[in-house]
Amino acid sequence: MNLPHIDFSVITPELIVIATALVVMLAEFVGAHATPSPTRSHRIALIALLGLVLAALAAVAGLGRAATDIQGMLVADDLGRYLELVVLLAAALGLLLAWDYLPQFTKMHSEYYALYLLAVVGMMFMGKSTELITLFVSLEILSVALYVLTGFHRGQLAAGEAALKYFLLGAFSSAFFIYGAALLYGDTGSTHLVDIAARASGGFLTLAGLALLLVGFGFKLAVVPFHMWTPDVYQGAPTPVTAFMSVGTKAAAFVALFRVLQAAGVSYATWSLVLALLATLTMTWGNLAALRQSSLKRMLAYSSIAHAGYMLIGVTAGMQLGLSAVLFYLFAYAFMNIGAFAVVSLLERPGYHATQDATIDAARGLFARKPLLAVVMAIFLLSLAGVPPLAGFFGKLYLFNAAVQSGWIWLAIVGMINSVVSAYYYLRVTVLMFMTEADETSFLRSPLSNATGLAIAVAMVGTLLLGIFAGPWLQQLGQAALAFAGS
Amino acid sequence: MIPTDYVLILAAVLFTIGAAGVLVRRNALIIFMCVEMMLNSVNLTLVALADLWGNLTGQVFAFVVMAVAAVEVAVGLAIIMAIVRHKDTSNIDEINLLKG
Amino acid sequence: MTLILFAFLALIALAGGLGVVLSRNPVHSALSLLLNFASIAVIYFLLHAQFLGVVQVIVYAGAIVVLFLFVVMLIGGNIGPYRHGSRTVTSVIAVGLAAAFLALVVWSVVQVLPMSATPVGAPDAGSVQAVGMALYTDYLVPFELASLLLLVGMLGGVVLARRYQPFAEDETQ
Repeated sequence: MNLPHIDFSVITPELIVIATALVVMLAEFVGAHATPSPTRSHRIALIALLGLVLAALAAVAGLGRAATDIQGMLVADDLGRYLELVVLLAAALGLLLAWDYLPQFTKMHSEYYALYLLAVVGMMFMGKSTELITLFVSLEILSVALYVLTGFHRGQLAAGEAALKYFLLGAFSSAFFIYGAALLYGDTGSTHLVDIAARASGGFLTLAGLALLLVGFGFKLAVVPFHMWTPDVYQGAPTPVTAFMSVGTKAAAFVALFRVLQAAGVSYATWSLVLALLATLTMTWGNLAALRQSSLKRMLAYSSIAHAGYMLIGVTAGMQLGLSAVLFYLFAYAFMNIGAFAVVSLLERPGYHATQDATIDAARGLFARKPLLAVVMAIFLLSLAGVPPLAGFFGKLYLFNAAVQSGWIWLAIVGMINSVVSAYYYLRVTVLMFMTEADETSFLRSPLSNATGLAIAVAMVGTLLLGIFAGPWLQQLGQAALAFAGS
Repeated sequence: MIPTDYVLILAAVLFTIGAAGVLVRRNALIIFMCVEMMLNSVNLTLVALADLWGNLTGQVFAFVVMAVAAVEVAVGLAIIMAIVRHKDTSNIDEINLLKG
Repeated sequence: MTLILFAFLALIALAGGLGVVLSRNPVHSALSLLLNFASIAVIYFLLHAQFLGVVQVIVYAGAIVVLFLFVVMLIGGNIGPYRHGSRTVTSVIAVGLAAAFLALVVWSVVQVLPMSATPVGAPDAGSVQAVGMALYTDYLVPFELASLLLLVGMLGGVVLARRYQPFAEDETQ
């Protein structure tokens, strides 16, 4: 009997987050008789935030090192480390949003932050998995944690409803995912992506397995036609959770998708057309549906579907060009999308039993009341629309450029047309903020606290800096992509 | 010895029945039971394939899927109960606050 | 002999599966589910997966179905009746999709699967010892991750099942 040798340095950031989650969970028992108060909640959140920062430092420290792995199941390469950084960034920003939002509607603070951190761990593991069983368990860790977080506002029926929809469709998609994994196993006799790449027959069984896996990924990425849950879940979930999961889940699932496709054992030509069609459908549907939303959160939900479509263009473009563009876009998206959600969270008020939703009208005349906030929101929205010189513009530029260079000119054109369409609904909100007088329907329903302010400031700086230093950053990510594509 | 493809076809049929049930039925509990049945049929596939390949990967995978199924049942039924306490139905068509 | 036994079990499993989908009464669905799970457990034994067969009985039949029955009994009266006919179009589309899916999978299985007729599994391949060794050596990572998943499930259960205590209301008391 020989126990396996485990190189724990491969999963240092994850271990830090897990340890933090356990500490946060046990913090419930410290002074258990004291009434849960906002101060207590802040202390717990601070511990969680410290854990995230430490984990991010650990991930940064590893950048550039050679790839190491645990039993070929978890790998620490630069792709995985950048993914960790995106997820941790999104998690930290989402945590700052929850800082003062959470105590407004619940007492269960340790539980919230512990589940939140475990969802983060699931995402980080998912992006590092190179084996299907590990990939599936990681996917489930993040999914189950998110089901619960979605339904966390127990006083509100909409949250429970969102959780139920997310859960039923998520479990349904998991079944497809593992069926796909099982068929790939049947084809090759192994669940390691390396072995699958080497042994896949490339025949019907491989294709069917891959297609089913793609269905599973499609649900997680909210790709049309597997997107039906997205608007309901994003609207029903507490805003900090929505902000976090719209970025984190996508990041983890996209990186995992790249890993699976690289090992697919099916030629690029076979799957790229399917992905191109899915990208087209997803962008177009997301943008068209976003046009006619009256709730800001729902509008951003549809916009996030559209953004998943843009990123699928990068996946279609293939490993080298596409991957670095998608990674860049994920960073940009983390900043601008969470920033936008942060402002939205100020326009709504989480009550004990019901949350007042932020409608588009709530943004009316924001400039007259809070000029700085309106300007910042406008920057986030313009960046989402892809206006230069903001992060979102360069993100789209690189994605479309990757598509053109790999021969998908029509796809790039569809993407551009979609960007123009999307500009309409982003600009509509912007115009409402600046051009109209404030009336009694428009006001900040939640006070702008320090934590939310910090989150907005960080997101804002990120959106601007990524725009300014887009070139060098892309080059940096390109090296990770190159290392991955060559491996 | 049972030919592996017989088992695989049985599993595929069960999976399809489950999937059709998810699409056709409207009762959240029954949809959930159908999902469990789908997971179970995948397990059957995995075990048959483990037998075919003569390695344990499939069995380990099936074991993990069972753990996942147990967790999903715990969380899923809790979600359903939480909703039912609010609203006296588990018929998903009647839950329609979120529209747009 | 095993083939006849398998055919018999397969029929029970199918009957159980259909029972889940077609029953009007959720209790009948849950019991059909039990039938389905139990017959699959026996098939596991035929496929040299003794450990999984036992686990299947304990986890699925013992825990999951019982939990379902509990919930059905708890909220039984409130469940809306299954409306026949009202969703004919959806049903037809769903069944069509399902049939297409089935055809695809069966076709790919039959077409491609190598060495279809000759499983090489040794009789004790699925013993507790063998599976245990695999879980704690080659598959340690997913096994440990599964423990994290159980932690998530536990926390989730606590959060959802706990009586809802709005924060601020308490403060005003």
